[in-house]
Amino acid sequence: MTIPLIVRKLFRRRIVLAAALLLAGVVLAALFAGVLSGFDPNETAVRQRLAQPSVAHWLGTDELGRDLFTRIVFGGRYSLTIAALTAFGAVVAGTLIGLAAGFFRHLDAPLMRVVDAMMSFPDILLAIALVGILGPSMLNVVLALVLVYTPRVARVVRASTLVVRELAFVEAARAVGVSTPRILWRHVLPNLVSPITVQGTFIFAYAILAEAALSFLGVGVPPEIPTWGTMVAGSQQYAHQALGIVLFPGLAIVVTALSLQLLGDGVRDLLDPRLRKSM
Amino acid sequence: MRRFLLARLGGMAVVLALVAVLVFILTRAAPGDPVAVLLGDQATADDIARVQKVYGLDRSLPEQFVLWLRELARGNLGDSIFLQRPVTQALWERAEPTTLLSLLAVAIATLIGVPGGIVSAVFRGRLVDQVFTGFAMLGASVPSFWFGLVLMQIFAVSLGWFPVSGYGEPGASLAARLHCLVLPATVLGVLNSALILRFTRASMLDVLGEDYVRTARAKGLPESRVVLKHALRNALVPIVTVIGLTVALMIGGAVVTETVFGLPGVGNLVVSAVTRRDYPVIQGALLVVAGIYVVINFLIDLLYTVVDPRVKV
Repeated sequence: MTIPLIVRKLFRRRIVLAAALLLAGVVLAALFAGVLSGFDPNETAVRQRLAQPSVAHWLGTDELGRDLFTRIVFGGRYSLTIAALTAFGAVVAGTLIGLAAGFFRHLDAPLMRVVDAMMSFPDILLAIALVGILGPSMLNVVLALVLVYTPRVARVVRASTLVVRELAFVEAARAVGVSTPRILWRHVLPNLVSPITVQGTFIFAYAILAEAALSFLGVGVPPEIPTWGTMVAGSQQYAHQALGIVLFPGLAIVVTALSLQLLGDGVRDLLDPRLRKSM
Repeated sequence: MRRFLLARLGGMAVVLALVAVLVFILTRAAPGDPVAVLLGDQATADDIARVQKVYGLDRSLPEQFVLWLRELARGNLGDSIFLQRPVTQALWERAEPTTLLSLLAVAIATLIGVPGGIVSAVFRGRLVDQVFTGFAMLGASVPSFWFGLVLMQIFAVSLGWFPVSGYGEPGASLAARLHCLVLPATVLGVLNSALILRFTRASMLDVLGEDYVRTARAKGLPESRVVLKHALRNALVPIVTVIGLTVALMIGGAVVTETVFGLPGVGNLVVSAVTRRDYPVIQGALLVVAGIYVVINFLIDLLYTVVDPRVKV
């Protein structure tokens, strides 16, 4: 299938199209945060603290009078960047490990036992411990989350590699003397693009949720950087005065994670017809 | 059977050993000297050296690892630097809220997920199926701390039906403690039911297409009997697996929810240990929770042979 055909088929399902549009909206809002809002995300105005939504402040203000809408769109920059870097890092590392384990028989058992061991730590607990050990910063949050999600990618890539490895064209390539790295790069990897894309999308969604949870617990991004998680964390004690300061950043998380998962599901159903029958 | 058991036990032992190695590496990879952090700016080099000796930190890494393993084999997870108590004791004191919370949450998740998944599979493609699968997708996209805060605002702050936070006064009755767990368990249960619902639905759909289900229908058995007896029983293996895994995941997921609701559980202990850089506690908690996960996985494997005799022994 060519790319335009895949896209057209994907968006034939209205829910997937809606998810893609929502996600595009979130990303564009984050990119053009400065254009969308005339406020500074960190400018405090104590007299207008905890204001209700109005024409001036679309979603109201937080406990320091900062414009909530502005902080959400600017916060999106950080949350989305962290999640995107996490997904990218985990996909690259997980693909390398999964390819190695799936293609080279003698590496399979040792690599996968380590992956099993990594996966016996609950995601959030491991992430908390890692950030705790590395120290809280944006980079360390990304590093910790990459470590947490790499084993997932590795497992999926290994499973697919095991199948592709046995296919006739790999044998043919080897028979005509193609080098192993070239076989992996030109013949195996292209056949893994769809499972990797699906995993990457899901990890993007999980990373949005995990970053928020870490920042909420105070073991993630430093509180002065506005991410969706730090916003909820900072404002939670004022929630009984203005629920919006907790509600709206959370909704941004839900909308983003939900559209990513819907998109991931759509891609998976399209690329793996075996699963579609159960939908 | 014996060979199967031995193989599985062996596999479990390898993973457990690797878990121990990973925990050791992770906590020793920390930048900066935990002792220097502990003692603060005022400490002299002598002080630091003395404390390092107390904790065995002056030896080489392999030596430290062997010492640590030896203590581990005796069930000694070391002492908390901040709490001045054995880690095992600190964990044990915090075990009750986490355990009760996880069990309650799994019960709620199962009560929503299994019937929801069955209904969804039986009425596949209809409105009720779309509502349930939509709910499952949503459940996997909602941050638990946010859902907890919203429920807390509604049912604890505004309506006053439940305590806002905490685990009751010291010495509170079991009923009072359970009362404190209703909201957090609902948060965890509802959000985690999504996974159980998906698996139940997929597993039921697989089975409902089987010949013996058609035969049962052809015999004129009532639909409820076909679904609940012929289909469900055969769909149980993946369902049991996912419920078991949810128990294990819950213990980790409880970390965030415990913090939201101020429950003095293991999760809360870990979060405060992280902010205090109390490495032995982080180490011990990771080890215990991962150990529980591995053991539950092993038990699920064993259960396979009971629930489904087709699994090769």
